[in-house]
Amino acid sequence: MKREIPLIITFVAGVAFVLQYFIPHYPFNRFNDIFSDWFAIVGAFAIWLGALSLIKLCLLNISKKSHDWPISLLMIISFLSIVIAGAIDGFHGLNTVPTTSFRDPGTNFDWLYQNIYTPLSSTMFAILAFFVASASYRAFRARNTAATLLLLSAFFVMIGRVPLGDYLSGWLPERMQFSQWANWLMAFPNTAGQRAVMIGIALGTVSTSLRIILGIERSHLEG
Amino acid sequence: MKKYQYWLILVALIIILVIVPKPLEISPTASVIVTILLGLALIWVLVLTIRGHLIGRRVVFLFIGASLALPFFMNFEMPFKISPEVKTLYDALAKLPPGSKVLAAFDYDPPSAPELQPQADAFMAYAFKHDLKVIIMGLWPQGPQQADMAVAKALRQPEIRAKNLRYGVDYVNLGFQSGNEFVIQRMGTSFSGMFPRDIYNTDYNKIPILNGVENFSNIDFVFNLSSGYPGTVEWVQIAVDRYGVKLGAGNTAVQAPSVYPYLSSRRLTGLAGGMSGAWQFELATQEPGKASTYVLPQTFSHTVVIAFIIIGNAALIVGYRRSKRGEA
Amino acid sequence: MDGAVIGIWLAALLTLGIMSFVYRDNLYYKICEAIFIGISAGYWFITFFWDSLYRIAWIGIVHEGRYVLLGGVILGAMMLMRLFGKIGWIARWPLAFIVGATAGLKMMVYFTTNAMAQIHDTVYDTVTAFSGGDLYNLIGRLVILLGTVTGLIYFYFSKEHKGIFGGVAKVGTWFLMITFGASFGYTVMSRMSLLLGRIEFLLTDWLKLVK
Repeated sequence: MKREIPLIITFVAGVAFVLQYFIPHYPFNRFNDIFSDWFAIVGAFAIWLGALSLIKLCLLNISKKSHDWPISLLMIISFLSIVIAGAIDGFHGLNTVPTTSFRDPGTNFDWLYQNIYTPLSSTMFAILAFFVASASYRAFRARNTAATLLLLSAFFVMIGRVPLGDYLSGWLPERMQFSQWANWLMAFPNTAGQRAVMIGIALGTVSTSLRIILGIERSHLEG
Repeated sequence: MKKYQYWLILVALIIILVIVPKPLEISPTASVIVTILLGLALIWVLVLTIRGHLIGRRVVFLFIGASLALPFFMNFEMPFKISPEVKTLYDALAKLPPGSKVLAAFDYDPPSAPELQPQADAFMAYAFKHDLKVIIMGLWPQGPQQADMAVAKALRQPEIRAKNLRYGVDYVNLGFQSGNEFVIQRMGTSFSGMFPRDIYNTDYNKIPILNGVENFSNIDFVFNLSSGYPGTVEWVQIAVDRYGVKLGAGNTAVQAPSVYPYLSSRRLTGLAGGMSGAWQFELATQEPGKASTYVLPQTFSHTVVIAFIIIGNAALIVGYRRSKRGEA
Repeated sequence: MDGAVIGIWLAALLTLGIMSFVYRDNLYYKICEAIFIGISAGYWFITFFWDSLYRIAWIGIVHEGRYVLLGGVILGAMMLMRLFGKIGWIARWPLAFIVGATAGLKMMVYFTTNAMAQIHDTVYDTVTAFSGGDLYNLIGRLVILLGTVTGLIYFYFSKEHKGIFGGVAKVGTWFLMITFGASFGYTVMSRMSLLLGRIEFLLTDWLKLVK
């Protein structure tokens, strides 16, 4: 029951999507539609599970009075503020004529999105720029042929993708200017390497998927 | 941080807020002087590094911050060219006759907005000016909200406002749906299956622009703005390869190199990659926007990173020679 | 002060809070990080409710009578059992569904688009380039063919990389290094763009120093 039924479900769902690829007709197309709808719903519940697990963990921290319990409390307050704002705006929108969306400009939800969610999420990723620059100074060394090729390639792309490249190489014929070097590098050697990686990953994905569908790979059912 | 440093920051902030004239702009001559000073500072770093003193990471951070902030006040003209992949994307859009139905998939979130929002703005303005019917959707929950911003910005343009475009007739926002690539897969048979109502809870069948739009076969072009998974890769794999859709994309720079194989094999009709793709796309569509103002800071920051790589390697070469001399 | 001004000040303070991590880890950053985690989880929670659970499940079942969707709701509810220790194993059923469906779909699309189609395009484009008369394109296509084949040989680990095989694999690594270099260049561009966005916000919207 705990292992066999999940294995059967994995097999049935996997085979259904393989078959509908080859036979996009009844009843396989119907399976495709139903399972896709289910996937969207289950996916939403999976997100809920993640969010609720976080809240559960925070509540545990608070009840145990762990050393960072005020941070956990702040997380819960932040969580609830946007959930409540979204819920109120959503229900309000359903009852107005014409109906509005909870995402509309001017809603509390949109205010939180624009002024809290956006700056926090954007800055979290933005600060990586500092570390990339620091790594460029401290770690990127042309110690051998492979590393030299990597650096040269990065150089041509970085200089060729900004106007400075053509400004510096403006005295050369057009096909020799830095932007053209970057174009050529991206279109051919980069494509070649990416394609090799792409085909390699694809073959790996096919074999792993097959192992999962046939029940040889079961690690997702542990825990 | 020591206490006086906090006070220094506070005083600097008050000076900026109260005393510094707004907007602040420096003359071309002063711009050149600032650039030269930045260059001299980098030479100083080179000398220090060659002597064996690696500068602290916070100094590197300061250089990056300065290279991104200072150019906003400068006055330099930086002409740039349109790359073949952006040209192909623009040509595909330009070929669409008025009334064509374009599916705009917004698959990104605010962190990627500096790269993708200018593309979204330019696309939306171009589409509205050329009477394309735009159907918006997103595989990322933040996507439709970013799309709303682009729509609002486009509608503020006098030329577009004069057209009196109507929601539901000229454009529609179907919103977000969970399920990643399964959403695309389902849309191959039925759009309404995944989007039974739009973001305003209006029934799919009651939205005029969606009349006759059952699946991908009723869509003339798909424009995808993507910053990862799910995104352009999934659109190519399912919408293009399985359902024969014509797809153009705008990608974040991190993702762009990995979709070049699709571009090379024409499964992807054009690509605007990263910030450089964004300003080229703005130039191609003749919709100058935020990306065009980012050209100079982006150029400065690239130059500083390249300079740091060169400095680091110069130190390596000098160190290598010294050790060889020592051995001799 | 209206909501917009408060919003801009709040956004600026939160931006600076996250940026303060660049100096070193501190309480200001930790507070901003906690708000970020909480607000992100809440954002996803409520958007998935309105866009998926309400729009597909609720409207589908209650308004349109598509009872087949109940299957998804039941599986989803089983997923939430993970929150309760003893009956947590029930969550394996929906997980099995997600993994199985993803494996089935991925297997097909990766095989057709990322393996077969790429192999086809590599060969086809090279062959057609010979009759195209464009030397620039022909050289490029040959580079793609060479890079793809040698790159794949590098990924073949069942045979030791020695002799001619090792030499060919080495050429493959050079192509891969060029690819990684290009990716690094683009990553720099991307990261700088993101920071540019925040700096532009601080200078333009908050400090009003830039028009």
